[in-house]
Amino acid sequence: MDLIVHALGALSPLNLALALLGVTAGIVIGALPGLSATMAVAVLVPVTFGMAPESALIMLGAIYTGAIYGGSYSAILVNTPGTPSAIATTFDGYPMARRGDGDLAVTLSTIASVVGGLVGVLALLLLAPLLAQVALSFGPVEYFWLAIFGLTLISALSEDSTLKGFMGAGFGLLLSTVGVAVIGGDIRYTYGSPVLLGGIETVSALIGLYCIPVLIDLVATPAAHLKVDGVSRGVRFREGMAIAIKGKLNLLRSATIGTGVAILPGAGGSIASLVSYSEARRVADEPASFGKGNPQGVLATEAANNATVGGGFIPTLVLGIPGTPPDAVILGALLVQGFRTGPELFTTNAGITYTFVAGLFLATCLLLPLGLLIGRYAFKSIISIPKALLVPTIAFMTVIGTYAIRNSASDVVIMLCLGVLGWVLNRYGFRPSPIVLGLILGPIAEQGFVQGFLMGRASGSLFATFFGGPISLTIIALSLLSVFYPMVKARREARRQDKTINGEASP
Amino acid sequence: MRLSHTLTLTAMLAASTLVAPLALADAEDFPAKDVQYVIPFGPGGESDISARLQQKYFEEITGQQLIIQYMPGGGGAVGWSQLNDMTADGHTIMGSNLPHIVLKPMGKDAGFATEDVNNFYFFHYSPDAILVREDSPYQTLEDLVEAARQAPGVVTFSGSGTYSANDVANTRFQQLADVTTTYIPFKGTGAAVTALLGGQVQAEWGYTTVAANHQDKVRMLAVAAEERHPLFPDVPTFQELGYDMVGGAYRGMAVPSETPEEVQARLSEIFDQINQNPQFRQEMEDLGFVLMDVGNDDVADFLAEQSQQYETSARELGLID
Repeated sequence: MDLIVHALGALSPLNLALALLGVTAGIVIGALPGLSATMAVAVLVPVTFGMAPESALIMLGAIYTGAIYGGSYSAILVNTPGTPSAIATTFDGYPMARRGDGDLAVTLSTIASVVGGLVGVLALLLLAPLLAQVALSFGPVEYFWLAIFGLTLISALSEDSTLKGFMGAGFGLLLSTVGVAVIGGDIRYTYGSPVLLGGIETVSALIGLYCIPVLIDLVATPAAHLKVDGVSRGVRFREGMAIAIKGKLNLLRSATIGTGVAILPGAGGSIASLVSYSEARRVADEPASFGKGNPQGVLATEAANNATVGGGFIPTLVLGIPGTPPDAVILGALLVQGFRTGPELFTTNAGITYTFVAGLFLATCLLLPLGLLIGRYAFKSIISIPKALLVPTIAFMTVIGTYAIRNSASDVVIMLCLGVLGWVLNRYGFRPSPIVLGLILGPIAEQGFVQGFLMGRASGSLFATFFGGPISLTIIALSLLSVFYPMVKARREARRQDKTINGEASP
Repeated sequence: MRLSHTLTLTAMLAASTLVAPLALADAEDFPAKDVQYVIPFGPGGESDISARLQQKYFEEITGQQLIIQYMPGGGGAVGWSQLNDMTADGHTIMGSNLPHIVLKPMGKDAGFATEDVNNFYFFHYSPDAILVREDSPYQTLEDLVEAARQAPGVVTFSGSGTYSANDVANTRFQQLADVTTTYIPFKGTGAAVTALLGGQVQAEWGYTTVAANHQDKVRMLAVAAEERHPLFPDVPTFQELGYDMVGGAYRGMAVPSETPEEVQARLSEIFDQINQNPQFRQEMEDLGFVLMDVGNDDVADFLAEQSQQYETSARELGLID
């Protein structure tokens, strides 16, 4: 009942206007490589201090929702994930755009984001206290195994060469050790220069490794950036809906995975979208078409990463432990506004909580019309701008975006170096995704391992610490499955082929 | 394109921090424009939250805005190593944290020396505190000390980072209580409290602010402040229990070394005025912070005193010999 009252409160004309504004601003900022959801929210926080708490919350939720979704534009149209959680969107989104289906891909991403977002918000509303307890049962050891599991997904994701996938991941792991170690405080691989003290920032690495090679290729080849048919086909909404309805199981599964993984603080978005992507591919009829522009790939990742918005707020609001960096900023704003997390969430603070959830719900629904509209505009701009203008514009954005992440000029240099390196490696069959995965998962694995080791030594049994818990064992089993499944499958197929050949040979 | 519009804005923002006007500001009409407040950490942490609380009052007093920016990396080292390259007219200030600025440079290649951080005010600290889960068998600090004494190394504490305020507190406490515990560093206070709530560790080195944030789920056994915190009138201080421990994570502001003396004095005055505002004090206390007024004239003495303490701990930690 309370919920309905507060939901209606959220619908006042002013709040509605703020939500519209927030979602629009979020989409635009999220679409620019390097301008992340965290930054969008952080810039807005002081503005919201002057507002009524309800309006402030609605606006913050709206801008966050918009920014996470907006990240899919750059992933699809320019092959550059705006946030780590959009990495897997590039796998099929960009190939779709290359062959002229960029508009369809954007529409699919919109539909998937709305579905995923709604599932996440529903989980936040109905299951928050329960799921928060699940989040707490993940300790350092579980995080260590989770990171290992994430790394094994590489074998599933590197179609052409598993070996090169692992080599790339190894390189990423090495990159992740640069800078001041969180545990131990050692300063590693900085060669005495303060430039590398802060380590290699993930988003600037993303921009470098994904976007710069595209730019170099754009300059090096005479062909147009994206194929265009010459006829405007609108937003292709009906076509998109048909594909989405066909992939409804995929959508729901991905949204559920997204919500589930997002409740783990720190691991969130990037793992969520990768897991749902590889799941979608595993159960598909023709797994080989993934990575070559299969619409289901876009559906899977986008449903998953927008589900992380609602999912990530579960530990943030219930436990006061932010699930993602933007959550941390919003939690900070809430604390300044006098909000306290904990059991009062659905009692004393119910007003604020329900308004916030209603605001997220509203923002997610607004994604559909706004996303289709802005998405079409973005697609048109990318295909109609001549290459001579497009390349410098994108290049400029990558530099500004990288600089803005942490006000650091050295990040720009690192981004450019990684970009050139990524382009060279690409020519030898090394894809950027394993490298970035190594970079993201390295610290999680390292910290989890050292903490687990210290815990094990204190309790007197290292073995029980690492292999004792049911969650650890489950994740270990999943890791083994993901490494060996492709081999088992290949062998089974070989045997089946053998059989048919033999069958034909015998009279 | 709509996109490029937002972009120009960002570019301008970025440029304004790089190319500040050359004119030296007079102390009388300072601040002549908005003041950039660089936090050498990411958004959402305690340095950010306390700066956000100052923001509003700064504008009330000066009519200019306090614009918060982030320059995270290397546990603050990235920001502090660049402080003296910034415009030294008082319109750029940077958050400064103890024990960080003393302990970091003791390691190698930190990129800055303690003297490089020219502090003009320290405005509050989060007192160190020992927290256990609400359902923990340890009711008092003595219970915990007893357990640690009976089985050296078995009692585990989570905490934020290595060579950090928590690490220092743990070392000092082990020495004072003559016990051995296992300190497990986590990335930030959030991760450390997660480990406590999840039961992965038996206790946590945290702050009063952590207890304020998780009041229903944790029990605080002792606070390293001079007096009991108004939010927790039932929790004894370490001194009451016989351990001479007062300390925590201190936060202040610094300017580039070249900044004119008068401007530094004026800044110190402004932030002192904020610190005396009853509403500000209330908001800070509700979050668990303890206010302190170490102005421009007293900063040097305060730092010297603290540094001496940290040096002892650093020797214990093996950071210096």
